[in-house]
Amino acid sequence: MQRRALFAALLLLVTPVAARAAPPAVAAAASLRYALDEAATAFHRQTGKSVRISYGASGSLVQQIESGAPFELFLSADEAHVFRLADKRLTPDRGRIYAVGRLTLATPAGSRLVLDPRLAGLGKGLAAGDVRRLAIANPETAPYGARAREALTTAGLWGKAKPKLVTGENIGQAFQFVATGGADAGLVSLSLVKSPGFTGRYVVVDSALHQPLVQRMVLLEKAGPEARAFHDWLLTRPGQAVLARHGYAPPPPAPQPAPRG
Amino acid sequence: MDWQAFALSARLGVITILFLVPLAVLLGRWLAVTRWRGKPFVEALVILPLVLPPTVLGFYLLAALGPHAPIGRAWEGLFGGGLVFSFQGLVVASILVNIPFAVQPAQRAFEAVGADLRAAAATCGLSPFAAFRAIELPLAAPGILTGAILAFAHTLGEFGVVLMVGGAIPGETKTLALSIYDRVQMLDMAGAGRMAALLLLLSLAAVGLTFFLTRRRPNVGA
Repeated sequence: MQRRALFAALLLLVTPVAARAAPPAVAAAASLRYALDEAATAFHRQTGKSVRISYGASGSLVQQIESGAPFELFLSADEAHVFRLADKRLTPDRGRIYAVGRLTLATPAGSRLVLDPRLAGLGKGLAAGDVRRLAIANPETAPYGARAREALTTAGLWGKAKPKLVTGENIGQAFQFVATGGADAGLVSLSLVKSPGFTGRYVVVDSALHQPLVQRMVLLEKAGPEARAFHDWLLTRPGQAVLARHGYAPPPPAPQPAPRG
Repeated sequence: MDWQAFALSARLGVITILFLVPLAVLLGRWLAVTRWRGKPFVEALVILPLVLPPTVLGFYLLAALGPHAPIGRAWEGLFGGGLVFSFQGLVVASILVNIPFAVQPAQRAFEAVGADLRAAAATCGLSPFAAFRAIELPLAAPGILTGAILAFAHTLGEFGVVLMVGGAIPGETKTLALSIYDRVQMLDMAGAGRMAALLLLLSLAAVGLTFFLTRRRPNVGA
């Protein structure tokens, strides 16, 4: 009798999760963590629909999607990763720009590094040995890491910075290194330093130092109505307002056809 | 506290041991008595997941179970969904990772039964199967249970393989260990701390329980 009850309990446990209709899985760049959590909450309040979001470096997420991960929507921190999926015909189209991100130089609480948009203070800090560890995201997989490398290179600091780099697996981890004081400074996204838990200081890096962080999202082949609704909602005024609060600029206006003269 | 992740990890742990206990009994018993020359090779295979870096195992699982590999494609044809980045894929990974934890204690327990006792049972007219059920299995039960507990506790904490083949989808593949990693990146140290403490307590309880089960008992009725 007891044994039968135990067996029934075990059977219940083994029944697949998929039997219940789960909200669609969304893959999102780690820089979006706070912004998209808030967006998903607002989306749920307005429409009653939910999404499940997994955060990671855009490159890792693309690799997972190529390996068959069941995501329905992918929000990249750049355009190139979306195009890579599109070129492999894993998406119905080439996606939409949903926001433009910004790179910041951030320091933990208590740091006395001089923060300026063209990174002169960082250069002095690196030379003087005040910055012994500089956090960036992995440039190979994370767009913010790649832009950080570009900014350091343009500012003429790459050689000095290279031996002091600590690399996060994604931008969230690089940010965690800075926020917890493990690194003396870091090049991370504006969306993360605006998070409520961050007690340090930051400055937005001069956009002339790196390629713009144009961020594109794309629906994947398995996308259902809820994923589509979330995708469309992010481009509406309330969706864009959430992204703006977290430091994202709106997508640039669509290019107008050149006037004929 | 991420209860969804905890429930997922617990489910994964229970399903893993549901598959592993029968395997541990059969394989452990066979390894305990066989005189086959290939035995060390099989034993090495059983131990391999213990020394193999989880990322190596994850890499081969991705290669073997992905949509471009025969197993992954066959699975997708049968069940519709992909095997990697799904709960089912985690179950496969978890079973492989935990083989040494389940099989080793079972093998040791069957070895401890001894050839003398098996011979005595045969002399009493018990068929090998009857002797297995009535004598060997009860004697080896603590070892088998130890293996199950270790495998369960280890499943709750497995990180590397889950990270590589799981994709951290909430409610599907985001286990407790991944949730801790996630919370730390969110700077939610309090949340991560609560879950870490829970895992610590559960692991401590599991290890304590296995020592209790396998403690040396006075020799009776020999």
